[in-house]
Amino acid sequence: MWARALWLGLRTPLGGPRGFTSKTDPQGSGRITAEMIEHLERLALVDFGSREAVARLEKAIAFADRLRAVDTDGVEPMESVLEDRCLYLRSDNVVEGNCADELLQNSHRVVEEYFVAPPGNIPLPKLDEQEPFPHS
Amino acid sequence: MAAPVLRRGCRGRLWALACVDGGSCHGRGAPTGSPSNRIRGQSSVAQQPLHTAQKPRKGEHNWAAVVGLEIHAQISSNSKLFSGSQVRFSAPPNSLVSFFDASLPGTLPVLNRRCVEAAVMTGLALNCHINKKSLFDRKHYFYADLPAGYQITQQRLPIAVNGSLTYGVSAGKERGQVIPKTVRVKQIQLEQDSGKSLHDDLRSQTLIDLNRAGVGLLEVVLEPDLSCGEEAATAVRELQLILQTLGTSQANMAEGQLRVDANISVHHPGEPLGVRTEVKNLNSIRFLAKAIDYEIQRQINELENGGEILNETRSFHEKLGCTVSMRDKEAKQDYRFMPEPNLPPLLLYDATSLPIGTDPRQVIDIDHIRETLPELPSVTRERLVQQYGMLPEHSFTLLNEVGLLEFFQNVIKETRAEPKKVTSWVLNIFLGYLKQENLAVSESPVTPSALAELLDLLDSRTISSAAAKQVCPYSLQFLTVPLSQEMFSVTPQCHH
Repeated sequence: MWARALWLGLRTPLGGPRGFTSKTDPQGSGRITAEMIEHLERLALVDFGSREAVARLEKAIAFADRLRAVDTDGVEPMESVLEDRCLYLRSDNVVEGNCADELLQNSHRVVEEYFVAPPGNIPLPKLDEQEPFPHS
Repeated sequence: MAAPVLRRGCRGRLWALACVDGGSCHGRGAPTGSPSNRIRGQSSVAQQPLHTAQKPRKGEHNWAAVVGLEIHAQISSNSKLFSGSQVRFSAPPNSLVSFFDASLPGTLPVLNRRCVEAAVMTGLALNCHINKKSLFDRKHYFYADLPAGYQITQQRLPIAVNGSLTYGVSAGKERGQVIPKTVRVKQIQLEQDSGKSLHDDLRSQTLIDLNRAGVGLLEVVLEPDLSCGEEAATAVRELQLILQTLGTSQANMAEGQLRVDANISVHHPGEPLGVRTEVKNLNSIRFLAKAIDYEIQRQINELENGGEILNETRSFHEKLGCTVSMRDKEAKQDYRFMPEPNLPPLLLYDATSLPIGTDPRQVIDIDHIRETLPELPSVTRERLVQQYGMLPEHSFTLLNEVGLLEFFQNVIKETRAEPKKVTSWVLNIFLGYLKQENLAVSESPVTPSALAELLDLLDSRTISSAAAKQVCPYSLQFLTVPLSQEMFSVTPQCHH
């Protein structure tokens, strides 16, 4: 799970509030609070299982922070690497579908051609209810 | 059943009709449903200081309500917004689902041209500025009926902005007079619909059908210029008519093709806006009005008793006629908006900027679409008033009932009688008969020709008005058999 956490750490949301990155030390040794971890775990459903994972996250943020060294005054932000490509428009024809059997094979549980999911969203346990880190 | 377009204007003992003056927008950022507006400078719930309604002074009874609507209309198209699977109301579960709709890895979105045209048409009909460049974003949240874990929408730069929707409210004082009111359209955006969840509480599970996942939606966001259930219902009805006239959506609320969420708050005129609640689960125009009025009253009662309003989402309980809190444990929502990396910006053109030498199927010309727009309901009503001298109120009724306008025009074509006579007969006697027998215009056994014939007989004084009215409302039942003068040679009992 920590590898995924690392990848997620690198993807700072564009345009939104800087969130935790602004709180870290520009020198690169920022601290991530427990609330931050809990918040991230709920948003992205990742599991920061160990201290090592959190440390890796902090290193990833520091790595990304180096972008701030670049002077971007007066430069129009890029939207995506495809921003100068042409957006293809598809004609409004029905060409797909009718593969319920194939799709349902992916599901752990199936009831009469419906996917089965647990009822609603199951909230994650609060931080103090969780197991403490194995190595503290 | 005809939705009531015209009723007497809102009257309330406890609250005034005052609308918030133009320009004072609600702070946005409800926990669920509405797009975050971070880019536009208005922050989400967590960061914005909430305007708390001040405790009402003793004896202060002047309240103003503020209502903003978010309307989702399912686009009438053959295939979905980003995939080639079919759009259809009822089908075996998960049979209208492509690999992309099921969010299997390796699939990519491909934009449906028809959906873009539908958005442009709707934007033009609502006097919007069409953005020649618009962008797609991902709105992340976890729910079983959203297999990708995000919805593709247009949060940063939607396809159309800054429009207006004009609707008519019956004046009440002078019969037949209609006051036009306008609500500003903040924006129109293209977005994906989610699948359907069927909750099985017995077995503690949810059954998911993805047939609806990925269907194109037009989200129409109205500024909070409305002030009561009546206005909201009328505005939504007018939008429904416009969408149906354009053909961009069938906008049938009962089938879920038109869904409305309402943001409601109350405050004293002159004071800051109050805390607002979001009311969801409104699936008919009648309930929309009821729910909004109930919520307004609930908030007033709560505040006058010294309580406070929570910024929450509520659901409307049809049977109980009240709104109920939908408090979710995970109340704070952070949608983590990010640009959709698989879709370049959507570029639209007009007559002056058409690119040369490109495939016309890849180019959308706003001016061309504007030229091919059908006649909008407001224009039709104006024309009817001018052409046939009818009251504005009548023109509303004619357009409100499905098929009635066509029926009316067919009668006009075939009869010699005066238009005013035709109007009166169609709207009073014919429509009354339909209502009594609970029939739609399309189910009417009375044809336009038959009614035209009856009116001709009336007109030529072959039968007297009294005779015709004397057998009314049953007279129309006679019209289902061929008319003959003998039928009307009843000696009139009354000579008017």
